[in-house]
Amino acid sequence: MKTFKMGGVHPEENKISTQAAIEVMPLPKQVVVLMNQHLGAPATPIVAKGDKVKVGQMIAEAQTFMCANIHSPVSGTVSKIEPCKDFVGLPKNAIYIDVEGDEWLESIDRTPDIKRECTLEPKEIVAKLKEMGIVGLGGATFPAHIKYSIPEGKKAEYLIINAAECEPYLTSDYRVMLEHPEEVCIGASILRKALGVPNAYIGIETNKPDAIKLMTETAKKYDGIIIEPLKVKYPQGAEKQLINAITGRKVPSGKLPIDVGCVVSNLGTAFAVYEAIQKNKPLIENILTVTGKKLPSQHNYQCRIGITYNDIIKHALGELPETTGKVISGGTMMGKAISNLDAPTTKGASSVLVMDEDEARRNPETNCIRCGKCMHACPMGLEPYLFSALVKNKRVEEAKEHNILDCIECGCCYFSCPANKPLTDEIRLGKNMVRAWMASQKK
Amino acid sequence: MTNMILTAVLTLGIIGAIFAILLYFVAQKFKVVEDPLIDEVAEVLPGANCGGCGKSGCRAMAEAFVKQGNMDGLYCPVGGEEVAKKVAAVLGVVAEATEPKVAVVRCNGTCSNATAKNNYDGLKDCAFANTVYAGESGCMFGCLGFGNCAAACQFGALSIDPETGLPVVDQDKCTACGACVKACPRHIIELRKKGLKDRRVYVACRNQEKGGTARKACSAACIGCGKCAKTCPFGAITVENNLAYIDFNLCKSCRKCVAECPTGAIHAVNFPPLPPKPATPKSDTSVAADKADATPAAPAVEPQKAPANNQ
Repeated sequence: MKTFKMGGVHPEENKISTQAAIEVMPLPKQVVVLMNQHLGAPATPIVAKGDKVKVGQMIAEAQTFMCANIHSPVSGTVSKIEPCKDFVGLPKNAIYIDVEGDEWLESIDRTPDIKRECTLEPKEIVAKLKEMGIVGLGGATFPAHIKYSIPEGKKAEYLIINAAECEPYLTSDYRVMLEHPEEVCIGASILRKALGVPNAYIGIETNKPDAIKLMTETAKKYDGIIIEPLKVKYPQGAEKQLINAITGRKVPSGKLPIDVGCVVSNLGTAFAVYEAIQKNKPLIENILTVTGKKLPSQHNYQCRIGITYNDIIKHALGELPETTGKVISGGTMMGKAISNLDAPTTKGASSVLVMDEDEARRNPETNCIRCGKCMHACPMGLEPYLFSALVKNKRVEEAKEHNILDCIECGCCYFSCPANKPLTDEIRLGKNMVRAWMASQKK
Repeated sequence: MTNMILTAVLTLGIIGAIFAILLYFVAQKFKVVEDPLIDEVAEVLPGANCGGCGKSGCRAMAEAFVKQGNMDGLYCPVGGEEVAKKVAAVLGVVAEATEPKVAVVRCNGTCSNATAKNNYDGLKDCAFANTVYAGESGCMFGCLGFGNCAAACQFGALSIDPETGLPVVDQDKCTACGACVKACPRHIIELRKKGLKDRRVYVACRNQEKGGTARKACSAACIGCGKCAKTCPFGAITVENNLAYIDFNLCKSCRKCVAECPTGAIHAVNFPPLPPKPATPKSDTSVAADKADATPAAPAVEPQKAPANNQ
């Protein structure tokens, strides 16, 4: 069974919402569309207060290179354009839209029919990805049109679709595979065509046997779609680890996947690509898992971007249980705690994970006992305990020499540490310090 | 026997003489001419090497003094007036009078004013917490309370008050070196003039959000209403980005703004309590001064800042 070579851990899987079919979240009264939902510069609003918008209409445009278009997820009136606090409480520019009815742009094909043929040329595909505001849905929200514009002198050999879903609790990709296998395969074929590579590899961990079975059967109908079952290990879904697991190649320090001829996209992205290219539907919806061990019910929702976390919780659970300790966006390993539930969801949101107090509490930190477990767990071959000491003493230059910037912040070191040292936090702080130092050196 | 001793003494003597001559020429060749003044100035400086002056250490500061030949733009915040006078004496110039400064914490977000709306249990480091979330109260300008400033202070002048969760400056120990100012990721700490009799008035808030939002996060936030600016007879207060700021060069410590502030965001430190009638504060400074002599270090508007309570 294929997997990546170095490090990794196996946290409790807790995939308790696997049986919950994808439900459609009802429309809220108001949505708030943040202007930076992607990696890079914020988009520029092209609507004004009082404008009427339809579902799928572009409301903010990418005016710089590293940026993505944003479309209205609802129909209604733009009530205001002003900063809104995101889920960690920091203000971001946003467009507020009061929902009136549900009127879609006519160009969008809303029928459930599956459209298999794609006649577009690779360049046209990339242009359409840009127009439709597609970003990577694996977490980093990297604009897709940039990822699929291969720089000159480089050649893509592998397209890898990440369906590992190695994060505990998350089941949205799994549900998409079960309910939309054809669409995912068509999406992968389109991306394969855009890159001009012979094969697209879809990596699925073996804890999803029914998804592997269904996808393998579906893939037979399409050329060049290969399903790769992967041994269950976290962080299999991390770009560099997945490349190592499937191709055996290793992305060198400071390089990108394309430097070893690979392009990795998330399964959710493949689904969004299908909808954008074949159905003209921009990225205005995402699939969210609402889960938690102590919750009375588990859900997977298809909901419009810009709905607030409070709206989702209200619809799914009524209200948060009293024993709630943390609400997390993302999984337990890399997810971020939500400190402001009034914040809207963004393109990259994948879950609302409710943890009770006991589960959420971090154990008190004790002293490092030099056991080296963090080194064994690190999938990038780094020395987290060393960074901890270097960061504490502000020895920035040495931290950089030991490749602190290679850290993917997967959380394996903190997970494996018997002394409960917040190693990942310290490394994140260290990375910020190193970047600031490097910027000061350039001047 | 005597022959042997003679040979040894002679050999060693000759070797010694050769090296002495060699060393003499080497010393002549590589002689470093250094102004003896630098040593003298370095002697006078505190020698803490804190970097508060902006130089890499006291020696570097001494070199800068001697190179420049006067005191312009160079000031040792740790040594203050006294050291400035001594340095001036060594350099043979007259020291300009500079008012001593002290670190001031511009945040009102005590546990009771800014109640926690969420709980943080990550790395206890302000610089890190600043990148992760807005703050326990939701105020993205307020103190995070993990004490990066206290850790940066080499003089033990800063500590986090466990009751309020805010840093407290011990004004007797503070040398205004500015290490805490650099350490705070939210730029809460400012070096302000110590003021006459250590009395100073300042806006203890950095929140630049609109009044309503600011108030939601913290009951004692500056809401940018501008009442203080209108009241100030000296034009010392400016309101920019929903935040009032008192220019310490213009402020005459009359405390009119303190009484006017609807949220209590303006702090007056080390003053005796205001007289009950609001009609009197005209001759405030003199009256206050007299009273202060009678009742030394009476609790100020913000008691935790008063040195009497502090030590």
